[in-house]
Amino acid sequence: MDFISRTQEILDKHSNNAVIPVLQDVQNEFGYVPEEAVAHISSVTNINKSRLYGILTFYSQFYLKPRGKNIVKVCCGTACHVKGAEKNLTKLKELLKIKEGETTADGEFTLERIACMGACGLAPVVTVNQEVHGNVTSDKIDKIIKK
Amino acid sequence: MSNEIKEKLITDDSLIQISICLGTGGVAAGARDVFNSFAKELESNQVEAVIKERKCRHKVHQTGCRGLCALDVLVDVLVPGMAETSYARVTAAMVPEIVQEHIINKKPVEKYLVDEAHHRFFDKQKRRVLQRCGVIDPEDINDYLATDGYQALAKALRIGPEKVIDEVKTAGLRGRGGAGFPTGLKWAFCRAAEGDTKYLICNADEGDPGAFMDRSQLESDPHSVLEGIIIGSYAIGAEKAFIYVRSEYPLAIERLKIAIRQAKEKGYLGDNILNSGFNCRIEIEKGSGAFVCGEETALMSSIEGNRGMPKPRPPYPAEKGLWGKPTNINNVETLANVPLIILGGAAQYAQIGTEKSKGTKVFALTGKVNNTGLIEVPMGITIKEIVYDIGGGINNDKKFKAIQIGGPSGGCLGESHLDTPIDYDSLVAAGAIMGSGGCVVMDEDTCMVDIARYFMDFIQEESCGKCVPCRIGTKRMLEILTRICDGEGVAEDLQNLEELAKKVKNTALCGLGQTAPNPVESTFRYFKDEYLAHIKEKRCPAKACKNLIKYRVTPDDCKSCALCVKVCPSEAILGGKKGVKAEIQNDKCIRCGACLSKCPTKAIKVVDNDSAAAVEVK
Repeated sequence: MDFISRTQEILDKHSNNAVIPVLQDVQNEFGYVPEEAVAHISSVTNINKSRLYGILTFYSQFYLKPRGKNIVKVCCGTACHVKGAEKNLTKLKELLKIKEGETTADGEFTLERIACMGACGLAPVVTVNQEVHGNVTSDKIDKIIKK
Repeated sequence: MSNEIKEKLITDDSLIQISICLGTGGVAAGARDVFNSFAKELESNQVEAVIKERKCRHKVHQTGCRGLCALDVLVDVLVPGMAETSYARVTAAMVPEIVQEHIINKKPVEKYLVDEAHHRFFDKQKRRVLQRCGVIDPEDINDYLATDGYQALAKALRIGPEKVIDEVKTAGLRGRGGAGFPTGLKWAFCRAAEGDTKYLICNADEGDPGAFMDRSQLESDPHSVLEGIIIGSYAIGAEKAFIYVRSEYPLAIERLKIAIRQAKEKGYLGDNILNSGFNCRIEIEKGSGAFVCGEETALMSSIEGNRGMPKPRPPYPAEKGLWGKPTNINNVETLANVPLIILGGAAQYAQIGTEKSKGTKVFALTGKVNNTGLIEVPMGITIKEIVYDIGGGINNDKKFKAIQIGGPSGGCLGESHLDTPIDYDSLVAAGAIMGSGGCVVMDEDTCMVDIARYFMDFIQEESCGKCVPCRIGTKRMLEILTRICDGEGVAEDLQNLEELAKKVKNTALCGLGQTAPNPVESTFRYFKDEYLAHIKEKRCPAKACKNLIKYRVTPDDCKSCALCVKVCPSEAILGGKKGVKAEIQNDKCIRCGACLSKCPTKAIKVVDNDSAAAVEVK
């Protein structure tokens, strides 16, 4: 993958002071923020790499490592917590044999817990990529993952 | 109110109208399938003579959130000459029947109609801010314009900025994002601040777990927020505004973009708005997942492209905010209230509410109530009315235990507070805060120590790490709470927890840290017996804390059907088939509850971990 030229394309689209939108676009492009991209952004914008990494590690939506093809997110907001989100998380960990924040060896799934996605009326909620599943029980999880 | 809005929208009463909720809630419940199915059914029925004539007149339109997410997918069908009908929990499979019976044969399908609960849900509400939500098409500015949209802006531009601020002051509008600071006053400070360049920021970084009011507002009626932003910018003298919105809300962002484009095309945004000489531009800034960015100084730091860490105040943003310029920050709901005040007048606005809390408040009602969803209630309504009338009571007729209001900065109020009125000051006195509007109902199965631990875990995770009390204080508090939940609490824990709570509250730098101990303090105040049970008896009264419970099969009830064995992810169940009763091995059981929900004879019970006597629960 040609990180540098694509990072440059992203830089061209943004004005100089908008570091976070640049990093967000890089993340969207590659699924994570590769080291090469950070180095390139640093050399073009004269912003220290340390500052860029400071930003990248501060915000939870930036990833420094590649992630799986399918991102499974377990919402652990208050409503979901009260309605059994932990149980769903436990079940998913067993099923995928990974811990939260990890990716399966075959690169198919990454499991994450998130604070709240704002679909509390349907708690507990699990999302796979962009698809939101509401009122999730451990039965449903089997079906969701199989898809 | 909603009905008036609806009437304004119906321009042609010979039109068959089908409205489908396509908010995040609706989509998760399968609304897109329902939408497509309607489109397909209507299309394929065009061959019918009667329908064919009406070919172009069918309009399946999308609406935003109607509020009652528990009944999603909600569909309204309006056939000329017939009363408007709402269907609940619609699936794609039900659509052919609805089209055939209701639209073609003119007989509503009784069995799918919304029931009594639906009416009670709306009866006690006052939908003003949400008046258009679920009624208009959020992606069509004409719907907004047809329902008095942008008329408040026109009026504001006529009466001038000072009068606008006066109106907002007189109306008594207080910030809906949390602390409840008077909005008019905030605007006046910013207007008075020296400087040519000023900014307005709309805070849509709705990070509270258990809250989705702003998402719904932005998804369902984005123009109402834009109109508030433009009026606010005009009032303080800003020509540029930002909407800082969570990137977890892709649909809201999409609809905002559409709304901004349409508003520009129609001349409500951009240069020389409505020939007034006033210019205003709005930019969307996407957050990157940091709860602390809901705090205003942290939010500005994030827009400036830095780590979102708070700064000490003063200087307040009104003097020195974004890039050092005077800046005014308001929450989504606050801004959505502004057009109502300007258009209807302050006096009319202030008729609803209590002496010090005017207007309505939108809450995300969730947790263990029957009707979960988005509600808007007049200030002064009691908690009881919210839980029992609007919420329709507790799931499965269980007992109400507490309501958590205000998210991680708020508190848990128990049964003794059911009659507490919802207003800024009463809630603070009771140990919660209005917060942004998260309202999570808990029943007898919810452990209050676990809830305190849950919030502390959240805060600890989200603490930016800048100041010591929050970074280390919340960590120590979390350790103590975790210990108590694990059954390893010691006698001194309670005292230490109390002392830490006080210190963090008094010394943390920003609002996040200062309010972080609220969930602990409030549960401590009202549910101390639960803390004591965990520490002294190593028992979780709600049977929720994993270490303090175990699952047991009542042999007499077990039918050896093997369902529990199959569903168990950790192979902890012995027997259970071929006539042998199931037996759960405590050391292998991960307490996921899978067997519990599977067992057809309810033979599996949750019991205290160390007690020999099986206690009947649930």
